[in-house]
Amino acid sequence: MTSLPPPGALLIVALIAVGCFFLSVGTLGLLRLPNVYNRMHATSKPTTLGTASIFLASFVAFGPGGAGLPSLVGILFLFLTVPTGAHMISRAAQRIGVPFMGGVTWPTREDDPDAGTGGDPDGEGGRATGGKNDDSG
Amino acid sequence: MAGESALVTTAADAGLVVVAGLCLLCGYRVIRGPTIPDRVVALDAIATNVIAIAVLFALKTGRGLFVTVSLVLAIIGFLSTVVVAKFVTEGDIIVRRE
Repeated sequence: MTSLPPPGALLIVALIAVGCFFLSVGTLGLLRLPNVYNRMHATSKPTTLGTASIFLASFVAFGPGGAGLPSLVGILFLFLTVPTGAHMISRAAQRIGVPFMGGVTWPTREDDPDAGTGGDPDGEGGRATGGKNDDSG
Repeated sequence: MAGESALVTTAADAGLVVVAGLCLLCGYRVIRGPTIPDRVVALDAIATNVIAIAVLFALKTGRGLFVTVSLVLAIIGFLSTVVVAKFVTEGDIIVRRE
């Protein structure tokens, strides 16, 4: 027994292990879940968390100067772009007619309690019903 | 940095093997995906895995340059996802308004 490893190295190893775990969960969900929307749900969130954990390991390794700051920028960028991309793919899937599972339907104006009251959510409600008309018609 | 480099290098090696295997498993969904959005989702997951691979490679070699490489890969992956989603929906990417 020469010497205990420093706590920074142990933290890096733990963050890499957490990241690999979350990436494995995301890939398992991508392989096993039944529908494209469920698969998207499974890939976007755990994959973001796993990659953010590995970025944090890089931040711990490289320190706040040098390559540590691009790691934090990478975390911010992932948290901004991965939900946006998943949202766009899900809208595209709904537009080209990939069916929902079971009794899942697109939310209509009657399901949304805020749609009929305010003026500002009215625009979003109008766009949502436009999507519903695309789905049913 | 010298004392912890062996442990960190071993962990980064193990992580590289795991994430590369996950990329192959995502490739199954790219090939077998019933619909086109399935393939796009699987390719997006592969892009995120490749970002993780670049960061792990930076940890393994100790070169901070590869973190910047992973940032560029993130930008390219997001752009390709958005463009493919728009192409699947509208059949055209650049829409002219005349």
